[in-house]
Amino acid sequence: MKILVCISHVPDTTSKINFTDNDTQFDTNGVQFVINPNDEFGLTRAMWFKEKQGASVDVVNVGGPETEPTLRKALAIGADTAIRVNTQAKDGLQVAKELAAIVQNGGYDLVIAGRESIDYNGGMVPGMLAGLTGANFVNTCINLEIDGTNATATREIDGGKETVATTLPLIIGGQKGLVEESDLRIPNMRGIMMARKKPLTVVEPTGVSADTITVSFEKPAPKGAVKLVDNVDALIDLLHNEAKAI
Amino acid sequence: MSVLVYTESENGTFKKTAFEVASYAKGIADMMGTTVTAISINGGDAGALGTYGVDKVLNVNDSNLDAFNAAAYAKAIAQAAKAEASEVIVVSQTADAKYVAPLLATQLEAGYASNVVALPESAAPFKVKRTAFTNKAFNQTEISTATKIVGLGKNAYGLKENSGAAAAEDFTPSFDDADFGVKVQSVDKASDKVSIADAEIVVSAGRGLKGPENWGMIEEMADILGAATACSKPVSDLGWRPHGEHVGQTGKPVASNLYIAIGISGAIQHLAGINSSKVKVVINSDPEAPFFKAADYGIVGDAFEVVPELNEKLKAFKAANS
Repeated sequence: MKILVCISHVPDTTSKINFTDNDTQFDTNGVQFVINPNDEFGLTRAMWFKEKQGASVDVVNVGGPETEPTLRKALAIGADTAIRVNTQAKDGLQVAKELAAIVQNGGYDLVIAGRESIDYNGGMVPGMLAGLTGANFVNTCINLEIDGTNATATREIDGGKETVATTLPLIIGGQKGLVEESDLRIPNMRGIMMARKKPLTVVEPTGVSADTITVSFEKPAPKGAVKLVDNVDALIDLLHNEAKAI
Repeated sequence: MSVLVYTESENGTFKKTAFEVASYAKGIADMMGTTVTAISINGGDAGALGTYGVDKVLNVNDSNLDAFNAAAYAKAIAQAAKAEASEVIVVSQTADAKYVAPLLATQLEAGYASNVVALPESAAPFKVKRTAFTNKAFNQTEISTATKIVGLGKNAYGLKENSGAAAAEDFTPSFDDADFGVKVQSVDKASDKVSIADAEIVVSAGRGLKGPENWGMIEEMADILGAATACSKPVSDLGWRPHGEHVGQTGKPVASNLYIAIGISGAIQHLAGINSSKVKVVINSDPEAPFFKAADYGIVGDAFEVVPELNEKLKAFKAANS
């Protein structure tokens, strides 16, 4: 089984979010970049397929050279090879089209991407990739088992979960549940040393253009101070008469 | 021409989000000087959509679509969009709609903006405001394709009553076998509990509760308020509560009217996930807890004293106000 894990290079969840150039660019100053958490759950699940079912695992990112440390981290966690599509990620469809070319050339059986990145939260790349390649698609996937070419997946729905049967080739929008937080792997020294020798191939983009353009950013308006009360009657009164929330 | 809106149903009745997206589609249609057509799959009574400004309803009745199927649903909506020559398609951001929208986008070669929170700033160029960085920021996105898909965030626009004919027509999309490559085997959904996605009120608790055995008072408050229960990330990581209840940056987003946080300190990742909620209440014994900076109302106090008293008073309040 050939697995491709799509890795998004995103600001760490604790990052302060600021913008520059007249609020048109994300301010990367002092920001630590990490593997997108939703992708990391998928990468770890892919490691289990590798160890238990003999799968090969490649990782891919669409981005500039600055994203290579994130790909190296994925290699240190245990991926076999990495691919970087050498173009800036501009929108979901552009990224999906670049990834579709990699998927079709690589003959992958299973592609795991996060359900969304934690920076732009588009939530569209895995579904668009499925639409472009014609593969089966399961979004918000919290469990995945593969037997031959048959797959059983569990998907999170509003208020519960749903189990589906499908076949490879398959694309997954993954999230926590594919593996647990405690299953995530921190690269060890041996992994980091080995990752330096693993192939990281730079592929030139097909050059598709973006259909959506981020024009500008803004931060939420500053919040007023909290109203502190010292008894529950006052709270109920405020929620009913002022906030009209109950 | 008309704005197409996908109005979702559950068990044969429209979800509240269906009326939200219909209200929003009417707003866009007014900006563009056109009408609103809804597509409803095995759905509720078309007339209900008229109240929110829908002029025409395409009713799809197909037993093959009884179980949700993203690929087939996307195909049905795409065919409706083509039949109506729609330039703008509006969907909600339920788990199902988020599953369908990207598939629809590739079928229609449409640009898609998700998590949209307001009517377009302008229809030409088509610019919408959406949340980014998990609610820590907004961005203006311009969609440049001829066909555009807007995913409207929950509770972002609200319900706006309007009048529309909601004239119902049967619509029969065509499918092939490849559209049914993912088959639902079973659905596990608690029918007696409010889901976080649907809830107007969410009652959430964190490590301050000390152990899973203390969640009885949280569930009781949820019962009194008709609320969903939720929890912080450490609580789900410790296995005290199911993962489906974890709200925050890597868990579920919450966009309820009221969010009550009990014994949750307010890590930046948690606050990001609940930022779209309208009114936030915090109950915490530590006055320095970061959540107090993000909340509208707060009580500094021990949850084990405050919550039982609050529950009693809420019961009395509900009894007096219902």
